[in-house]
Amino acid sequence: MRRIQQHRDPLFWISLISCVAVSAFILLPLLQMFCEPTWQGLYEAMADKNVRRSIGLSLYTSGWAALISFIIGTPFAYLLARKSFKGKGLIESIVDLPIMIPHPIIGIAVLGLTGSEHWFGRLIQEAGIRIMGTVTGIIVVLTFVGLPFYINTVKNGFEAIPLRLENVSRSMGASFTSTFFRITLPLAWRSMLVGLILCAARAISEFGAVIIVAYHPMVAPVLIYERFTAYGLEYSQPVAVLLILVCLILFIFLRIVSTTNRSKANRPPAAAGISKTKFSA
Amino acid sequence: MVELEQLTIDLPGFRLGPIDLTVQEGESFVLLGPTGSGKTLMLEAIAGILPITRGSIRINKTDVTRLPPEDRGIGIVYQDFALFPHLSVIKNITYGLRYCKKTKRPSRRRIAELMAHTGIDHLAERDVTTLSGGEKQRVALVRALSVSPSVLLLDEPLSALDRGIRYDIQRLLKSLHQETGTTFLMVTHDFTEAIFLGQRTAVLNNGQIEQTGGLMEILRHPRSPFVARFVGIPNVFAAEFKNGHALLAGFNLKLSNPPAKAATHIAVRPEDIRIHPSPATNPEVNVLTGKIIDTADHGPYGEITIQTDAATFKATLTRREMLEFYNIQAAEVIIQIPPDGIHTF
Repeated sequence: MRRIQQHRDPLFWISLISCVAVSAFILLPLLQMFCEPTWQGLYEAMADKNVRRSIGLSLYTSGWAALISFIIGTPFAYLLARKSFKGKGLIESIVDLPIMIPHPIIGIAVLGLTGSEHWFGRLIQEAGIRIMGTVTGIIVVLTFVGLPFYINTVKNGFEAIPLRLENVSRSMGASFTSTFFRITLPLAWRSMLVGLILCAARAISEFGAVIIVAYHPMVAPVLIYERFTAYGLEYSQPVAVLLILVCLILFIFLRIVSTTNRSKANRPPAAAGISKTKFSA
Repeated sequence: MVELEQLTIDLPGFRLGPIDLTVQEGESFVLLGPTGSGKTLMLEAIAGILPITRGSIRINKTDVTRLPPEDRGIGIVYQDFALFPHLSVIKNITYGLRYCKKTKRPSRRRIAELMAHTGIDHLAERDVTTLSGGEKQRVALVRALSVSPSVLLLDEPLSALDRGIRYDIQRLLKSLHQETGTTFLMVTHDFTEAIFLGQRTAVLNNGQIEQTGGLMEILRHPRSPFVARFVGIPNVFAAEFKNGHALLAGFNLKLSNPPAKAATHIAVRPEDIRIHPSPATNPEVNVLTGKIIDTADHGPYGEITIQTDAATFKATLTRREMLEFYNIQAAEVIIQIPPDGIHTF
C-alpha cells in the first residue's frame, strides 16, 4: 500500500526521470565511443608502440602522483580531521584550489615557478631537476590536480573514526604513533584506497595542465588529442577505448580488494574458548 | 590515589574549576552532575586527553600533569564501549599488554580469570561488532583492567545499556572493584547508580563542585538547593528561621535540630511526607492542610502533588496508599511532616 502511494507521488517520478536522464547523459557518449571503433582499429591501436607507451606513461605518472599524495597527504589529512586551529578553514580552501582553477593555468603556474626566470626554478635546475617536457614535470602537475581528491577523501575517513578509540588505545599505554598504526590506519585504510583511486583517476584523465608542461613525452590524453587533431575521430577513438578499458580493469580490481576486506571484517561470529586463544601481546 | 589541585580548564563559553579533590586509593568515587556540568571534561583531563589551563593532577603521588595519556597508568571505559572494531574480543582485551612493564603485565591466567569473572570467556574469538551492549561493556571493562591501571575512569558506563543489563553490569562493577582493589572514578548523572556503586561522591554543577562527601550524607544532608534537587528532593523552599522554627510563607514549621548556620532554605524528602484524609492528633508533627492537585502513577510507587497555603509539596506513596488517594483529586487532605524530615541549609 505504501509502495503504491509512493509511486503516485510526483517527486518519485521526477527522481526516476532525473536518474534515467543523468545515467543516459553519462553513458550514451561512452557507449557510442565503445561501439564506434572496429575490432581491426582496436587491434591496430593495441599493436601501436606509441599507444602502449602513452597508456603506460599515463599509468606510471598517475601511480606516482597517487603515491606522493599518499605520503604527503596522509599526515595532513589526519591533522585536518583531528585538530581545530585558527585558519583551518583557509587551509581547507587552499587544498581545494586545484579543483577550482582551470588546469592550463596550473600548468602555466608550475612552469612560472620552475622556469629559469625564477630563483626557485634555477635552484631545482641546479639540483638536476627539470620540469618542462619531462616525466617529472608530468608527475608534478598530476600530483597538483590529484592531491585535493586524496586529502578530502582520507580526511573524511579519519573523521569517521571515533576519537575515543584513540583515547582508549593511549590510555592502555600505546604511544601516539603506535595508536596511529594499530588503530587509526587499519580503520582508515579503505578510505585511503578510495582516495588513491580518486587521485589516480583524476591524474590519468588530466590533459589541460599536462599539455602546457609536457607535450612530450606523450601521456594518453595528449596522444588522443593529437590523433584527433591530426587524423580525426576514427583514429582517436580506439586509443580512448583502450585507455578507458585499462583504467576500468585497474579500478575494478582495487574496488574488489577493498570490498573483499570489508566483508571479511563482518565475518560471522565463531565462539571459541580462552584455551584456544592466541594472545597477541 | 588521585589528587587534583586547582584544576582549571578554560573552554570557549565554559570554565571547569578551579577544582580541589582527592580520591583515596582503592576508593570507588563518583562524579555526579547533570549533562554539561563538566564531569567528562574532568575525567578526560585526568586521563591526559584534554589539556588543562591551570592546576595539577597527581596519581599515586606522581605529578602527571604534563605526562601523555600512555604514561599515566589509567584505564578508561566509555559509555559507548569504544571497542576496536577491527579486532576480536581477545585482541581487544590483550591490546595493551605489550606496553605493560614486565612486572605489571598480568599473566594469561589472570586475563582468563577476569574474562571468566565477567562471563565473556566463551566470546574470546568473536568479532566485537556482533556482541550485545552488555557483552561489549564487559569486554571494555576487562580490556581496561587488563593493563592493571592505578585508576579506572568510567564515563557513564551504564547509560547506553538496557535496564535489566544495567543492573547486571552495576553488580559486576561492584564485584570487580572489590576483587581488583583498583581505584574507580566514575562519572554519572544518575544518583541511584551512584548510591549503588560509590563510596564517596562530588556533585558538579556548571563546572564547580557543589558538595563532596559520602553518598548517604549527601542524600540526607544536601548543602544547596541544586544538590537537594539533584539527589531527588523536589520540596526545596526558601525559608526564614526564628526561634528554632522555619517560617515558610508565614507558617511555622517545627525543626528537630537548630537550623544550619546562615541557612536560607528547607528541604523535605517526598517520602517523609505523610498524607491523611482526616486531621491528625499528634501535636509533635507539622500539620498542613492542602488539596491534591496531581497524581502520577510510577507502578511500584506513586507521586502526589499537594497544594497548601505554605507551599506545593510532592510526596511519594506506596502502591497501596496510591490507590487510596488516586481518585480523590481536588479533595482536601492533611499532610504531616515530622520535624526530623525537614532539612535546613
